[in-house]
Amino acid sequence: MTVMSPTDRYGERDYGLLGHEAEAAVKAGLKSAEWYHTDVPRKDMKELMKRSDGPAMRDTVIWLGSMLVFASLAIWLWPSWWAVLPLLAYGVLYGSASDSRWHECGHGTAFKTAWMNDWVYHIASFMMMRNPTRWRWSHTRHHTDTVIVGLDPEIAVMRPPVLIKVLLAYIGVLDAWDAMKMMVINAFGKITDEEKTFIPEMELHKVILAARVWMVIYALTLAATLYFQSWLPLLLVGLPRLYGAWHHVLTGLMQHGALADNVLDHRMNSRTVYINPISRFIYWNMNYHVEHHMFPMIPYHALPRLHEMIKHDLPAPTTSIWACYKEMIPVWARQMGGEDVFLVRELPPTAKPYRPELHGQSEAVAAA
Amino acid sequence: MANWIEACGAEDVPNEDVTRFDHAGKTYAIYRSPDDKYYATDGLCTHEKIHLADGLVMDNIIECPKHNGRFDYTTGAAKGAPVCVNLKTYAVKVESGKVFIDLT
Repeated sequence: MTVMSPTDRYGERDYGLLGHEAEAAVKAGLKSAEWYHTDVPRKDMKELMKRSDGPAMRDTVIWLGSMLVFASLAIWLWPSWWAVLPLLAYGVLYGSASDSRWHECGHGTAFKTAWMNDWVYHIASFMMMRNPTRWRWSHTRHHTDTVIVGLDPEIAVMRPPVLIKVLLAYIGVLDAWDAMKMMVINAFGKITDEEKTFIPEMELHKVILAARVWMVIYALTLAATLYFQSWLPLLLVGLPRLYGAWHHVLTGLMQHGALADNVLDHRMNSRTVYINPISRFIYWNMNYHVEHHMFPMIPYHALPRLHEMIKHDLPAPTTSIWACYKEMIPVWARQMGGEDVFLVRELPPTAKPYRPELHGQSEAVAAA
Repeated sequence: MANWIEACGAEDVPNEDVTRFDHAGKTYAIYRSPDDKYYATDGLCTHEKIHLADGLVMDNIIECPKHNGRFDYTTGAAKGAPVCVNLKTYAVKVESGKVFIDLT
């Protein structure tokens, strides 16, 4: 693994979708560009892409069933402090497991049956406070222009990282605040200029409708909190997005953290990490993130098989969550100190080499 | 007047699958449905110009490999976000073990 310092880029990074970096990325040929893919025979790919309802139905029953059990326990134990324990588990299932369900069902790969994907997508979107239409389109853009500055609306840690923002992400404060702000804006029938850059006009009414439905649900929750003179309704609806967010941030930051930006090879800007089985259930195998970005039509339950098939062409997976943070934190620290550095993981001898000519920072990658 | 062009052999397209056909600077997708009928559409997704021949055929649906947008390849109808614009379809006939598409 190497830490690289790119040569001068386009000056200060501007992550806004309407800023000068967006124009620069287009000029550099990075918008909607062709990305590197490992060769997989069509026969194998067809097998991997196959959809089924079974695994996601099983996981959804466990997920929502566990939430029901933990919520019931919390209600039963309330107002004793013992209620904190089931609430902590409920929170992770609400504020973290929903993230991966939102993600997989948004791709339409979790279930074979379309309405099942849609239902779980809408439930998970609500719990994650992600407007289902806005975020479907933002994630589409994330896959088109992964970690391209000025084009990707889902870059979690920008350069230089702002420590307080990263820390607050673990308790969801900034996300929830932004989500509530956007919900109110959208519910009043307004769409921001940034949203208009990635949501087609014909879909805008859906953004507004979802925001209005959510406002009603939150208003009812608040009313219940006041009526019963108890925090419990809010602790079960809304607040778990804060106190249960930590796991999805813990795993989510590993996806692209401290890696290259403005490149057209997911092996350079995404990371595969081996993690424990409980986290894999919560995260629905998104720890195989290089594989997911290279082949987004592969369902989460087939990603381990895909990994085995193409790992000869990928950097060695990071061996644990701990190991991942050990490699990311020093790079973030240097970025915070003003250095424009990032990690490049070595490819095995069996892999096709990185192709600097495909990247906007071609000179930087080649020269470092 | 019809302009039938030979696209591929009938056996070149596995059952419930798709194959790519390039002709005169354009690219097309040739489908074989589970009930053994052949269909043809433009080869690129109307959303981001990705080759549909790399996608997944399920019944009468083709799913784009990049963003999972879905079309009914028998009609070209876009089946929801992120695809909003329908695919152009072409008439198909199979003669002497070869698939022809009408490019008029």
